[in-house]
Amino acid sequence: MILQGFAVLLIFQLLGELLVRVSSLPVPGPVLGMALLLVFLLFPKGVAAPLRETSEGLLRYLPLLFVPAGVGLINHGVLLKQDLLVIVVTLVISTALTLAVTVLVLQWLKKLLGAKDD
Amino acid sequence: MTEVPDVLTELWVYLTASKVLYLLLTLVAFMLAQWINRRAGGTPFLHPVLVAIALLVSYLLLTDTSYSVYFEGAQFIHFLLGPAIVALAVPLYDHRERIKREFIPLMLACLAGIMTAVLSTMALVKLLGGREDTLMSLAPKSVTSPIAMGIAEQIGGYPALAAGIVLITGAIGCVLGPPIFRLLRIKDHAVQGFAMGLAAHGFGTAQSFTMSNLAGAFAGLAMGVTGLLSAFLIPLLVRLF
Repeated sequence: MILQGFAVLLIFQLLGELLVRVSSLPVPGPVLGMALLLVFLLFPKGVAAPLRETSEGLLRYLPLLFVPAGVGLINHGVLLKQDLLVIVVTLVISTALTLAVTVLVLQWLKKLLGAKDD
Repeated sequence: MTEVPDVLTELWVYLTASKVLYLLLTLVAFMLAQWINRRAGGTPFLHPVLVAIALLVSYLLLTDTSYSVYFEGAQFIHFLLGPAIVALAVPLYDHRERIKREFIPLMLACLAGIMTAVLSTMALVKLLGGREDTLMSLAPKSVTSPIAMGIAEQIGGYPALAAGIVLITGAIGCVLGPPIFRLLRIKDHAVQGFAMGLAAHGFGTAQSFTMSNLAGAFAGLAMGVTGLLSAFLIPLLVRLF
């Protein structure tokens, strides 16, 4: 069951990576693979049980999957130190602004355009 | 009995060269981090990903192990990121009706979010007197790291620094998100998730999935669309400065 779902995910990742190669789009293969799989799912058949099981299993552990790349910060110590204060202050303020603007604009537009909440 | 320490040293040397050790350490560090986070009442300041990274970085520094040796083992976990991103199509499919209905507000909010992220970053770095290459490495900070590295390279930043900045931004987003949503009285999980995915890419998406499937789906959507649009928009926006 889980193997079938995993095979489907890998097939679409591979398709996405091939498409990036031939199109030279500035996007990573898995992101295009996600778009392709979504298009594929929108055809009447829906999500087969094995694909759902594997996908939900993987997404449950999504935080863990970022740890190995995150430990890579160890290599950026020198670069980060050069402008540390500027970087930290900028990131905190800009990220807070981005979060606030996004939620406010989205809520406002939903009200304006009359999209219903559910 | 001098042989015993020798045997131990030999074992230690063998163990530290083993890929399995770093795979195991990554899992153990993450489980420990989850436990610490639960004990601390789930505070975002002790986000499991951050605590796990801090534990592992401390271990590598204390044992003088290089990141490349660590990654030999940890790459097996890292590899699963690819299929996991593809798997985001499933929650997106589950919430397709709502996404279709709110498509225009979502896309416009995404544009507003990207503009805010990029322009505020550039203005702040200029204001605080940061250097040009720092500026160009910070511009794609909210974009998922593989895309951010490509953008940084294109506009004259350092891809490696950009990747690090992206990670820190993700962590900051996870910490700032919940209090900001409380302050602005945003209760809708879809709206919260969308902002988290936009501002804090994969970290925000992972955090949103722990909230609900709906939040995770909208975070994944925001992460994907932000990545796609930023790749085209950021090279244009940085010309303004």
